[in-house]
Amino acid sequence: MSGDGLGLAGGGGAGLEEVTLRPDELVASAAALFGRGFRLALVGAHDGPGPLRVVYLFTSGPPDRRVELHVVLDGRDRAIPSLASLSFPASRFEREMRDLFGIEPVGHPLARRLVLHQHWPSGWHPMRHDAGDVPEMLDDASPYPFVEVDGRGVYEIPVGPVHAGVIEPGHFRFSVVGETIVQMGARLWFTHKGVERLFAGRDPRSATEIAERVSGDSAVGHGLAYCLAVEAACGIDVPERARELRAMLLELERLANHVTDIGALCNDVGFGIANAKALAVRERLFRLNAELTGHRLLRGGVVLGGAELRRLPTVAELAEIGERIAEVLDLARSSAVVMDRFAGTAVLAAHEAEEIGALGVVARASGLGHDARVAHPFVELPGGFVPARRQSGDVLARFELRGDEVVASLSLLVGLLARPGAPRALGAAPARPHAGSGSGIVEGWRGSVVHRAELDDAGRLARVKIVDPSFLTWPALAVALRDTIVPDFPLANKSFNLSYAGNDL
Amino acid sequence: MSALVRLGAAACVAVVQVLLVAGGGLLLLGVMRKTRSRCEGRVGPPVRQPLLDVVKLVSKQRIRPAAASPVFVAGPVVVAATAVLVTAVAPLVTSDPPLARSTDFFAVVLVLLLGSVSLALAALDTATPFGGMGASRATTIGALTEPALLAVVLALSVPARTSNLPALVREGIVDPRVVASPGRILALCAFLVVIVAETGRLPVDNPQTHLELTMIHEAMVLEYSGPDLALVTVGESARLALLLGIFVNLAVPWGVAPGRGAAELAVGSAVLVAKVAIAGIAIATFEVFTAKLRLFRLPEVLAGAFVLALLGVASTLVTR
Repeated sequence: MSGDGLGLAGGGGAGLEEVTLRPDELVASAAALFGRGFRLALVGAHDGPGPLRVVYLFTSGPPDRRVELHVVLDGRDRAIPSLASLSFPASRFEREMRDLFGIEPVGHPLARRLVLHQHWPSGWHPMRHDAGDVPEMLDDASPYPFVEVDGRGVYEIPVGPVHAGVIEPGHFRFSVVGETIVQMGARLWFTHKGVERLFAGRDPRSATEIAERVSGDSAVGHGLAYCLAVEAACGIDVPERARELRAMLLELERLANHVTDIGALCNDVGFGIANAKALAVRERLFRLNAELTGHRLLRGGVVLGGAELRRLPTVAELAEIGERIAEVLDLARSSAVVMDRFAGTAVLAAHEAEEIGALGVVARASGLGHDARVAHPFVELPGGFVPARRQSGDVLARFELRGDEVVASLSLLVGLLARPGAPRALGAAPARPHAGSGSGIVEGWRGSVVHRAELDDAGRLARVKIVDPSFLTWPALAVALRDTIVPDFPLANKSFNLSYAGNDL
Repeated sequence: MSALVRLGAAACVAVVQVLLVAGGGLLLLGVMRKTRSRCEGRVGPPVRQPLLDVVKLVSKQRIRPAAASPVFVAGPVVVAATAVLVTAVAPLVTSDPPLARSTDFFAVVLVLLLGSVSLALAALDTATPFGGMGASRATTIGALTEPALLAVVLALSVPARTSNLPALVREGIVDPRVVASPGRILALCAFLVVIVAETGRLPVDNPQTHLELTMIHEAMVLEYSGPDLALVTVGESARLALLLGIFVNLAVPWGVAPGRGAAELAVGSAVLVAKVAIAGIAIATFEVFTAKLRLFRLPEVLAGAFVLALLGVASTLVTR
């Protein structure tokens, strides 16, 4: 992007409301918002300059509504009333904040470490402005507090964090009777990289590449959410054409990832032929992506203020890809054994998904309807888009939903291609940079990706808070495993396919 | 002198059979993987890859868990030794193998079972969760396949009035009607299911998975490395080749050498290799189009095999 500065007007989009509160007013305000159907999409703490602040981003839609509660903490006690009794996602955000900023959620029922493992020295919080260098880690050999199940014939199976395949690190502790899982504890957070801190102090234009690498398979999801947040903060106008191109990139990313998952689910039940075919389609999509953006994972397609493609995909290419995916789906559906393995496995009920705050594919396979493409649209999608839903909440529902979404993505792409325009479009070069804040919400292929950016007076990034849908959806996996048998766990896990890197920033 | 010649010939047969099954077993694995790859539209590893893997494993360092007892060490040895013992005396290349009169089908089943049991015990020995999990699953499946296998032996031996394995093979050559009898066909169908289950092939177990929690057989041998793992691989592939060899010789007994002459053995070897290769390709092709059954569905399949074998027994009693 050219130009020597960014945007004019501060503030966010049309439906944004900002309220500054004292800590003791927080619970009542949050309860009122939850009562009006808002969900807590993001909680970001801000340490310096100035007093410690916490921003709660509540969203609802359609129509796109966003309410930010800004709570300024007293300098001394670094405590904030907990919202855990109102919302499970809030309890997770609070634990994250407690580890990274040392903000104590008062009244939290499980105020123990989430992000930082035991060997991080206590009292040291990496996101504080005065944190300094990383101190020496101390392994005091204290065991991780897994829930222990007692009883006749109960035994434990520990798995990971190092697995036999090319998988991200996670440790799973199963308490099992016979083959039935009684309790599963997941210990994640082996990949804390300090990504959010990498943004601080950067020119917003040079940070899209970091956002694209938050979770490697969601380059467009995170890159776009970041750009939307910064554009809202700076008041950058993005041309309609660029929005259309961004929507195309988002659907292309969804296609490649869903096809991979469809194949991987088949592979996990030993149906390798479907996986081989799915991998071939995935490779076809990656090569197409490379032709479109110069990168197989679509990096560089979304830029601040616009979108840049080398060329547009053709309808014929999409039709060919669509046919090949349909072939894979038909092959899987034609196998009674595969369908038997999928059906009824690892059921997540709708009310459970809702309470946990699960997002994206997982939530829609359990009958929930949230989809940021509808709730927080950045472009009008063709053909009155309605997100696909499935009701049964089992592996089969998550498999079929991916199939439904592939079909929907292809038809969205064809609809978007019908709108004339160039393969690249950039907003007008904005004027001087200035302070501001904004949020970006994007329906990535896993679910809603939320970024919130704050710029300082010099127009540099002061803080970027990132929420990958995996952060909110991971707890649902343990719930869905109830009554599942051990050999079905890899299949259940694959059907969720949550990100470890996006979860642990 | 003639006793010495007979002994030499017998030893010769044993050596040929063992070499064929041990080396051929690894190549059989390679052929099955190649078949699968080709069916899936992939090139796949070369057929000789399992052989190369074993050579590589033999030259690698041997690492054993600190807590391993002699049971752990004995596991692979017993698996390989039982497979070699049965191979030496089974009617594979010739219907007149060494100790032909003592090669009882029941004994063959029991000796092979010894290998399975020793491997399960070895898996338990290390006290790792995966070993115990695999052993538990393998013994559960074993408890279901063994009755079916014994019923198969019964169904085959009732009409022949003997459970002597070489005699069962010879009977088929002498009187082809025996091969086509409903009793034998039913029994051999059940035998095939048992072989698939015992050797950990799809849809019972997925030999190519990396997902520890789904493993049955592979979970038991996770702790083996280097030469120990090579021995396990050779022993297991030999078991597969051996069982398939017995199966094809019972199902299609023609081409099995009647005696122990060099020419006969050469022809018998070639025919055996061809028959087992075809059986392996058929199983691998079937595997492509099936998936792994849910663990709790296995009893249904294995009970089905048992019922098939029992029907085989019943039909021999009726049609006699």
